Amino acid sequence: MFKQKTIEEVKSASRKSSSGTTSNAFYNNPRIRGFFYQIALVAGLLYFFGTIIGNTLANMEATGIKTGFDFLGAAAGYDVLMSLISFESTDTYGRIFVVGFLNTLLVSAIGIFFATLLGFIFGVAHFSHNWLIRKIALVYVEIFRNVPLLLQVFFWYFAVLSSLPGARQSLSLGEAVFLNVRGLYLPKLIGGDLSSLVWIALGAAVAGIFVLRRWAKKRQELTGQQFPVLKTSIAMVILFPLIVAALTGFPFTVEYPALKGFNYFGGITVIPELMSLAIALSVYTGAFIAEAVRAGVQSIPHGQTEAARSIGLRENKIMSLIIVPQAMRVIVPLLNSEYQSLVKNSTLAAAVGYPDLFNVFVGTALNQTGQAIETIFMTIIVYFVVNMVISFLMNRFNSAVALVSR
Amino acid sequence: MLALGIKDYLIKTPRYTVTFRQFLTMNVDENDSLKIVGTLVAVEKEQQPTQKRIYIMAKKALLTASILAATMTAGAVQAATLDDVKSRGTLTCGVSTGLAGFSQKDENGKWSGLDVDMCRAVAAAVLGDSEAVQYKPLTAKERFTALASGEIDMLSRNTTWTHTRDTSLGINFAGTNYYDGASFMVMKDLGVSSATELDGANACIQAGTSTELAIADYFRENGMSYKAVTFDTSDQTRQGFESGRCDFLTSDGSQLAALRIGLANPGNAVILPEVISKEPLGPVVRQGDDQWFNIVKWSLNAMIEAEEQKVTSANAADMKANGNPANKRLLGAEGELGANLGLSADWAYNIITQVGNYSESFERNVGMDSPLKLARGINASWRDGGILYAPAMR
Repeated sequence: MFKQKTIEEVKSASRKSSSGTTSNAFYNNPRIRGFFYQIALVAGLLYFFGTIIGNTLANMEATGIKTGFDFLGAAAGYDVLMSLISFESTDTYGRIFVVGFLNTLLVSAIGIFFATLLGFIFGVAHFSHNWLIRKIALVYVEIFRNVPLLLQVFFWYFAVLSSLPGARQSLSLGEAVFLNVRGLYLPKLIGGDLSSLVWIALGAAVAGIFVLRRWAKKRQELTGQQFPVLKTSIAMVILFPLIVAALTGFPFTVEYPALKGFNYFGGITVIPELMSLAIALSVYTGAFIAEAVRAGVQSIPHGQTEAARSIGLRENKIMSLIIVPQAMRVIVPLLNSEYQSLVKNSTLAAAVGYPDLFNVFVGTALNQTGQAIETIFMTIIVYFVVNMVISFLMNRFNSAVALVSR
Repeated sequence: MLALGIKDYLIKTPRYTVTFRQFLTMNVDENDSLKIVGTLVAVEKEQQPTQKRIYIMAKKALLTASILAATMTAGAVQAATLDDVKSRGTLTCGVSTGLAGFSQKDENGKWSGLDVDMCRAVAAAVLGDSEAVQYKPLTAKERFTALASGEIDMLSRNTTWTHTRDTSLGINFAGTNYYDGASFMVMKDLGVSSATELDGANACIQAGTSTELAIADYFRENGMSYKAVTFDTSDQTRQGFESGRCDFLTSDGSQLAALRIGLANPGNAVILPEVISKEPLGPVVRQGDDQWFNIVKWSLNAMIEAEEQKVTSANAADMKANGNPANKRLLGAEGELGANLGLSADWAYNIITQVGNYSESFERNVGMDSPLKLARGINASWRDGGILYAPAMR
């Protein structure tokens, strides 16, 4: 009869047999061996990269190419089309780097916001009971997913926005909003002395929404009664600041764009380079996100829908309460990579001259200073870090929506 | 084991044959050692004995590793561009992506222009055939990287000779083949007759050019503001200008003339009188190869000198046989000019018969025989009141 051995017995048996056949010399100790191989690997890698870097520097020295990061403190001497911080041609290359970085963040943020919006709308529309809406969603995804992004950027820039009328024949909306080949001109709110109170009210309204949501959820769990959270939230965000503004006597002046000489000045200018890039990125990435949303929804077994119907939930509630929350587990990891692609694709800015980091730094700064290795290295680090941050945030979000095992 | 393996090894390359031991102490560049790896493997296969296969394999691995190590530590690279061009049989020349009069491709794929003629002149001098050129179209942003990385042998792409570029990019300017200056082009209906009226206007500029810096200086100096809309290629700046994205287009005067004839209606645009900068345009080579630098520099000078001596593509053969001593020296009938450059005696003769002298090239591409109709101006020979002047050809 077999007597079953415990794991401990097997282990001790194998230890005995191995110690019997091999010597106890230090080089046979697996830990020391592992340690040695790791040291050898690290040393090899260090030598490899050290040689490459040393050789590159020596070759650059020999061919008379300047090296180092001193250029970041030197005056750039050229202008940038659009900057979120003040910039003049006497400012430094270091500031150019920041200007480009902020412009990249801006177009990426706009792109991510609208791509997500479009993606969820068209992804859910795929399951509509309306034939037309279903087909529109299908056509949207198929067209914009299958046309190269560069071509789409060119389309929006050269075919659509470049055919708008010139500055002096602008399309206007109530003499406040102007659209021409040079961009979209919007009126700008300029805050007076008490305007900060209005912004505080807005902040309070947003914070209030979170409190409201928690309270409504708790109440529903206790009593089963529902509270119209969405309607109340919207009302809060609009009314809170408005009431405060009325109490403080509307501490704002509106600055309207006006034609002076060659251009419209004043107000907010959205340049066509930014518009075309943001539209192309949103629409293109939105098509992929729509597919991700569709995949997520389809991954939920049909039984969930049937079960939801059997307890009397309405169709839109089934989607928002049962299907989408479960589908998020599939959607979020896909969203993560779509967002990262979007940030990387924003470098197509160079094609239309939007001054993103790649364009103003790897493009112009590299060309004017000739310091290819430094500029490209710095730019790689930026995209790497931005994408790592996106990945980190999305992973946090993912663990929040992941199935919680109880 | 290393010593055993190396003993009977000879390294054969197109340029030399040495033992491996000698090779390790040699100063070689990376192109050479890559060729050597190739040759070694070939030799290995021919001589492979049937029995000591493992031994051979170990030896091969060791040799390859040593050669790689030798390559990595070879240090300063002294590229012999002349040898590369000769062994390849063609000259790789960086030109613009398309600029009328300077470097443009016709419908048959044939390149022409003042800058293209510079490439053709060097090819004629080095290879005896002005058509043995492979053109590499480059944007302003790509050009210096392409040159530094060895992708092209020379750059002839309306490139402004500036102090910063000359001293910090690892490149050398081999002379000036067109003296230019940045200027402005506006649409007539804008009603502007001087650059000083352009305060607050939008500018279309090509990214990475010296014009981008010149215009910033000019507007700052005159206390005016402007918006810089930068594009990658000069063609895109023209599109931006035409669509009304910008009020004016700024670039070198010659480029403006070229871009103007590319407009749907050239009559609508006018070039303003102000010239705001010095833009001497010329061919560029990598720093660190003086022989190649001399060849490009003197190919340009030969074209300028030929005009001074009134030697043309039509009369060169006659002048070579019956001309004065200066003609004969230039055309290779006398003297050592070609040999000093490492070229054949008829290097300049080939340039002049196949490409022409500077005047012929100028008139054909940008002058009165071309759509650009640019006047010689300061680009005339010093004998005719211009500033083109070749150093003494002796």
